Amino acid sequence: MLLQAPERKAARRRLLPLGTVEALASKLGALEALATPHGVDRYLELVHPMLTVRELRAVVTDVQRGTADSITLTLRPTRQWKGFEAGQFVQLSVDIDGVRRTRCYSPACSQYRKDGHIELTIKAHPEGLVSQYLHAHAKPGLVLGLTQADGVFRLPARRPEKIVLISGGSGITPVMSMLRTLCDEGYRGDVVFLHYAFTEAHVAYLRELRDLAAAHDNVRLVLAYTEQEVGGDLHGLFHKKHLTAAAPWHAEAETFLCGPPGLMKAVSAHYVAHRLTDVLHTEDFAPAPVVPLDGAVTGAVSFARSDISAPNTGDTLLEQAEAAGLTPEHGCRMGICFSCTQIKTSGCTQNIRTGEINSDPDTELQLCINRPVGDVAINI
Amino acid sequence: MTGKTIKLSDEQIDELGRELDAIKQRLIDDLGQEDRDYIYRVVKAQRALEVTGRASLMLSALPPFWLAGVAALSLSKILDNMEIGHNVMHGQYDWMRDPAMNSKRFEWDTACPSDQWRHSHNYMHHTFTNILDKDRDIGYGILRMDESQKWNPYYLGNPVYAFLLMTFFQYGVALHDLESENLITGKRKMSENKELWAGIWRKVGKQTLKDYVLFPALTGPQFLTTLSANATANLVRNIWAYSIIFCGHFPSGVATFTEEETENESRGAWYVRQMMGSANITGSKLFHVMSGNLSHQIEHHLFPDIPARRYPQISGEVKALCEKYNLPYNTGRFSKQIGSTWAKIFRLAVPFGPRGGTDTPTADTVEPKQVAVAA
Repeated sequence: MLLQAPERKAARRRLLPLGTVEALASKLGALEALATPHGVDRYLELVHPMLTVRELRAVVTDVQRGTADSITLTLRPTRQWKGFEAGQFVQLSVDIDGVRRTRCYSPACSQYRKDGHIELTIKAHPEGLVSQYLHAHAKPGLVLGLTQADGVFRLPARRPEKIVLISGGSGITPVMSMLRTLCDEGYRGDVVFLHYAFTEAHVAYLRELRDLAAAHDNVRLVLAYTEQEVGGDLHGLFHKKHLTAAAPWHAEAETFLCGPPGLMKAVSAHYVAHRLTDVLHTEDFAPAPVVPLDGAVTGAVSFARSDISAPNTGDTLLEQAEAAGLTPEHGCRMGICFSCTQIKTSGCTQNIRTGEINSDPDTELQLCINRPVGDVAINI
Repeated sequence: MTGKTIKLSDEQIDELGRELDAIKQRLIDDLGQEDRDYIYRVVKAQRALEVTGRASLMLSALPPFWLAGVAALSLSKILDNMEIGHNVMHGQYDWMRDPAMNSKRFEWDTACPSDQWRHSHNYMHHTFTNILDKDRDIGYGILRMDESQKWNPYYLGNPVYAFLLMTFFQYGVALHDLESENLITGKRKMSENKELWAGIWRKVGKQTLKDYVLFPALTGPQFLTTLSANATANLVRNIWAYSIIFCGHFPSGVATFTEEETENESRGAWYVRQMMGSANITGSKLFHVMSGNLSHQIEHHLFPDIPARRYPQISGEVKALCEKYNLPYNTGRFSKQIGSTWAKIFRLAVPFGPRGGTDTPTADTVEPKQVAVAA
C-alpha cells in the first residue's frame, strides 16, 4: 500500500475523474485477471493514493486544534467505507520514517453525519509516536490507511430508556459520538454526560457539549475537574458521590464508560460493588504499558488460535510454542528465512538478535528470534 | 583440483561473526524512509514499464511497437522478479509493516508460487547454502555443478539441460520445490507434492491466462504477434534471471561443503560458509539494480533480510574483512563469471573433464575446498 505525502496530490485530483475510474474498475472483474499477481489497487494507487478498488483509505480534509494537546481530524474515506455505529473504533495507519504505524481511534462524530466523513479527536500523548506525528504533520491531503469500524462498545439497537455516558480525557470520543447520535435521532430518554478533565481548558468539544445540553432538555452535562477547583460541576477524581449527584437513577440506566485506567477501575469497582455489571459497558483506550526490562522472566504466553496458554520460560516464541505441543511453520531457526512469521496480537517482545523491543499490538514477528517480555498473545 | 584450505581458529571465526553482526546492526538501525522511498521508486518504474509495454503491444503487428513492447515488458518482468519480488519475499521490507511489501503476502510476475519459492529458496537454499545433498540449488536436481556430485551418463546432457533450464527458467523455478529428483530415489513421495501441484497449476494458470490469452485477445487480430511478444519478454527475463543466478554460486572458485563440515556450525562459521559459497559480479549501478543486487551475492548471503540497495554500501567493508581473515572475495565481470559457469557446465558433463581456459583459478578466484574449523 502506498500512502503518499500530501503535497503532490491536490493538483492531481482535479485532473482525474476519480469516481469513473473506480466504478469502471470494480465492474470489470477481468481487470484483476490482467493485473495478476499484484491486483488492480497496486496500479491505481500509483496514479492517485485515494484511487482504490478494494482497499479502504481516507484523506484528511480538515485539521482543527481544539485544545492545546489534541487535534481533530476530519477524514473522507474511500467509497468502500461502510459506516460505523456510535462507540465503535477504526484503525488508522500512517507511515512514519518508512514504518507503517497503526492505532485505534473512535470516531467522535454522529453516525448519521451527512457527508459520510469521519471525525477523530486525537490527544498528543508525550510518548505517543503516532499521536505526536499527527499533531505535528497532519494536514489536508494526507492519505491514511483505514479499517472498517469494529467493536462491541455501542448503543443497543433498541435504545435504553436512560443512558449514562462517563468519560475521562481523550476517552471522550466514543461517548461524544453516542451523544451526537442520540441527539440526531431525536432520542427522548434521559442522558447524563459525565466527563473528567484536568481543567476546563482540557475539555474537548466544550462549546458543543454546552450547546447540546442547552438545546436538549433531556441531556445533562456534568463536568468534573481534577486539577481545577473553581468552575465545573464536580471536583477531584471519581467518587461514587459524583455518580449519585449526576445520575441518581444510574442503576436503572445503561452506562457507557471510556477513559484512562484509573477512572475505568474506580467506576467499574462501584458497579461491581452494587451488582450492576450488566448495565456497564466499557472501552479501554489507553495503550498497553510497556513492560520494563529488568531481566526477570514473567507472564504467560497465550497461543490464541490453539487456545493454549503457558507460563513464559524466557525462550524464543518458537521454542515455547513447540514446548506447548504446537507445530508452527518454521525454517532456518536463525532469523533469516521468515517462514515462522506470525502475528503478535498483544504484549511486549524482544528480538534476541537486535535487542529491539516491540510493544505494538497486531504486528508480525519472527517466532524464532523473538522472546516474550511479560504476557504475550500470538495468533497461532 | 587445486583446493585451498582456509585455516581459521574458532576465536577468529567468532570475531568475524561479531564484526559482521555489527555491520548488520548498523544497517538495521539506519533503515527508514529512504529505503521505503527507494523500493516504491522501483515499483513505480516497474509498473510504468509494464503499462508502457502492454500499451505498445496494442499495435504489436507493427515491428517497432512489437520491439518496444518486448523491451519494456522484459525490463518490467526483470525488475518485478529480481529487485522487487526476490527481495521483498526475503522479508527485506517486512520492517515497513506495509501489507503490499510483506514477504508472506507478496506474489511475483512469474510461474513459481511465492510460498513455494520462500520454502525452497529462503529456507533451504539460504540456510544450507552450498552444503552437498542439502542445498538443492547445487544443480537444482538436474545438473552436475560440482565435482563431488557423482558422475553418471545422464550428465552427458549437462549443457543441454542447462540450456533448457535457461530457456524455460520460470517453469524450472516453479517445479523446484517438488524435489522431483527425490521422487526417483524414493526420498520423497508423490502424495507429498499434491498440494504443491495445486498451487503451481493455480499460479501457472493465472500467468498463462494473462500473458497468453487475455492481453493477446485485447489486441484482436494481432493476437499472435502480441502472444509472441509476451513470450519473448518472458524468455528475455528467463535468460537474464538464469544468468545472474548461475553467477551467484557456480563460477569458478566458489566452495561447497559437506554435512560433516557444517555440523554444529557456529554463527561465525555460517557467515564464513556464506562468503565462500557465493560470488559477486562487478558492474554499473543500473546493472546492479537490474540484477536485483544479486550482483552482490556475497553480501546478500550474509544479510538476506537487509534491503538489497544496502549491499553496495557495505561491499567495501565485507571485502576488507575477507582480506583480513584471508578469505576469498569472489568477484569479476559478468562475462568472466558467466563464462566460467558455462565452462563448468560443459566440463562436468564428462567424468574427467579438461581443465583450463576461463576456469583457471586466478588471484582473486581461489578455490577453497573446505573450511578447516579448528576443533
